[in-house]
Amino acid sequence: MSGHSTYEPRTGVEKWLERRLPIVRLMHDTAVSYPTPRNLNYFWTFGAILVFMLVVQILTGVVLAMHYAANSAVAFQSVEAIMRDVNWGWLLRYMHANGASMFFIAVFIHMFKAMYYGSYKEPRELLWILGVIILLLMMATAFMGYVLPWGQMSFWGATVITNFFTAIPLVGEPIQTLLIGGFAVDNATLNRFFSLHYLLPFMIFGVVILHIWALHVSGQNNPLGIDTKSEKDTVPFTPYATLKDVFALVVFCLFFGWFLFFQPNYLGHPDNYIQANPLVTPAHIVPEWYFLPFYAILRAITFDIGPINSKLGGVIAMFGSIAILVFLPWLDTSKVRSARFRPLFKIFFWVFAITCVMLGWLGSRPAEGGYVLAAQLFTAYYFAHFLIVLPLLGFLETPKPLPTSITDAVLAKNGGHAHPVGAAASPEKH
Amino acid sequence: MTKTMIRWAAAAVLGVGLGFGGFAAVAQEEHGAEEAHAPTHFPIYKPEYVDWSFAGPFGTFDKGQLQRGYKVYKEVCASCHSMSLVKFRNLAEEGGPGFTEEQAKVLAAEYTIVDGVDDSGEPLERPRELKDPFPSPFPNDNAARASNGGALPPDFSLIAKARAVERGFPQFVFDIFVPYQEQGPDYIHALLTGYQDPPEGVTVPEGQYYNPYFISGMSLAMAPPLSDEVVEYTDGTPMTVDQYSKDVAAFLMWAAEPHLEARKRLGFHAMIFMAVFAGLLYLTKRKVWRDVAH
Repeated sequence: MSGHSTYEPRTGVEKWLERRLPIVRLMHDTAVSYPTPRNLNYFWTFGAILVFMLVVQILTGVVLAMHYAANSAVAFQSVEAIMRDVNWGWLLRYMHANGASMFFIAVFIHMFKAMYYGSYKEPRELLWILGVIILLLMMATAFMGYVLPWGQMSFWGATVITNFFTAIPLVGEPIQTLLIGGFAVDNATLNRFFSLHYLLPFMIFGVVILHIWALHVSGQNNPLGIDTKSEKDTVPFTPYATLKDVFALVVFCLFFGWFLFFQPNYLGHPDNYIQANPLVTPAHIVPEWYFLPFYAILRAITFDIGPINSKLGGVIAMFGSIAILVFLPWLDTSKVRSARFRPLFKIFFWVFAITCVMLGWLGSRPAEGGYVLAAQLFTAYYFAHFLIVLPLLGFLETPKPLPTSITDAVLAKNGGHAHPVGAAASPEKH
Repeated sequence: MTKTMIRWAAAAVLGVGLGFGGFAAVAQEEHGAEEAHAPTHFPIYKPEYVDWSFAGPFGTFDKGQLQRGYKVYKEVCASCHSMSLVKFRNLAEEGGPGFTEEQAKVLAAEYTIVDGVDDSGEPLERPRELKDPFPSPFPNDNAARASNGGALPPDFSLIAKARAVERGFPQFVFDIFVPYQEQGPDYIHALLTGYQDPPEGVTVPEGQYYNPYFISGMSLAMAPPLSDEVVEYTDGTPMTVDQYSKDVAAFLMWAAEPHLEARKRLGFHAMIFMAVFAGLLYLTKRKVWRDVAH
């Protein structure tokens, strides 16, 4: 897919660089001549959107760090000083806080796209696993970032989540002590979380480079899930994918802007506008919305399983719900990638998607009565989807016949014409 | 063919079953809650919507209302509630109550502050200036508790963003489109106007006042702070508890979000720019892709 480079250095600077560090060639091969399947839909624009969000978070974060003070005595006030007295501080801070949510919205869409179109299958297993690692790093970064304003939810969220490490036998308590820098969440916790919150995004950046590298070796999947067979199946990245990505990105920014400018606190919790107080526990401790499905899974295990008590069971289930994604390429036994040709998988995909949404909602409910039972049902299904449904479907399902090539399928859609019959003849495409 | 249909049916049954199972479990929970006699979820009543001038994408503060709200805060709330993040200079800043700098200086000079020490090492007291925060009624939390029957009156700097009654499904979805961000002032207004006699059979603990709008119980330690005509308005605005509550809630919203107007204004410009930009990009993209079937 990456093929050989079509880049020709023209200017003197390019020729000079070419002999010493062919970085212009790398950029050209990556973002200009890179062949991209011609039939990609808008779900394929989320990769670019995610790169943009990572850059937004790093840039706003670096400036915020210039004004923020990671000390439990003044952290809350320093965030308020940013909101009130720093020029455009309110914009930076709301951009960063809502940007985290947007980042997760984009990453969840990106992941569900990969699941729907089977993008994790051979030869893209490693590409997918790198993505799971990015997700894990994002979760750690977001969790630590939420602690920094030192509000009530920051403090109690940190207390509850770090407490789960004590469930691990033998090493659990030392790990927790190391993590929070003492025996309770305090100034030491805030300091190390700030340090790590600044470090992890650059680690994400590194893994993102690997992720893109892997993508450029195996090539992009596409809505048909079949391999590109000839040059006819692809178009160069620039201008085709570039323009589509930028258009989608600006539309995404409109969505981002709606929250940023008109309801910047919608996705936050009001209790985080109360300064952290170790003596007052909030009525319901809830994490940020993007953790809710995992939080629901954590709390669904209310029973002991043999030697594993319910607390450890919950922690195992929560981490397992992410770890299981690593094995997805091998749990899905079907050779067909795209759900378009997998009638049964298509149904189960949507059942799974609804399961995730329901888990998210249940994560925001108090862990009592019927909510617990519902969370247990959905948790069971979450794992069953990966451990039972996907392995079995590969054997039970009769996939629909696959088109011979992307070009053939596209031509069939356009009524046999390599070029659409005038722009007016293809209004259904958009 | 039959086999395929059986499989589809199996999948559908599984999906629907799971969905119903979940809903049934939740419904059972909610039914259980209704059966209990004493209320367990607070507030007992949700706040009513108030028509705020600062709501919506084009909302701006009503300067007169903020000035009246400041008066209510100063003459009533400030005897117990601090507002330590708000400074007197904020009163004269753009997007706020619209006091002139001179007026704000006069308002500041009504209070003193201990600032450093004099030549003999004694604490130095001086009148407050624009740079100083609003004065706190108590020197520390313990003093505040001691004067308030053990209850700590919260700081008001962020109270309008720190209180929001849970919206529940499906309102929380609609809120995105409205967009509804006035939970705080709605709650403050509801609480201040919501004091009433407890229903029969409900006993309110000593030193507590029944209020079904209170977010974390059926009663609170704060006595009804407002009554008609307790604060004098000179602009002809009705001097009622309802009006006072609205004015002070608006003032607290401004105090919690002093750049609200700038945010919404910038947002309008940014959204217009991005919408036009997106439109142009779309047309460009379509032109480039015109000759490529996809």
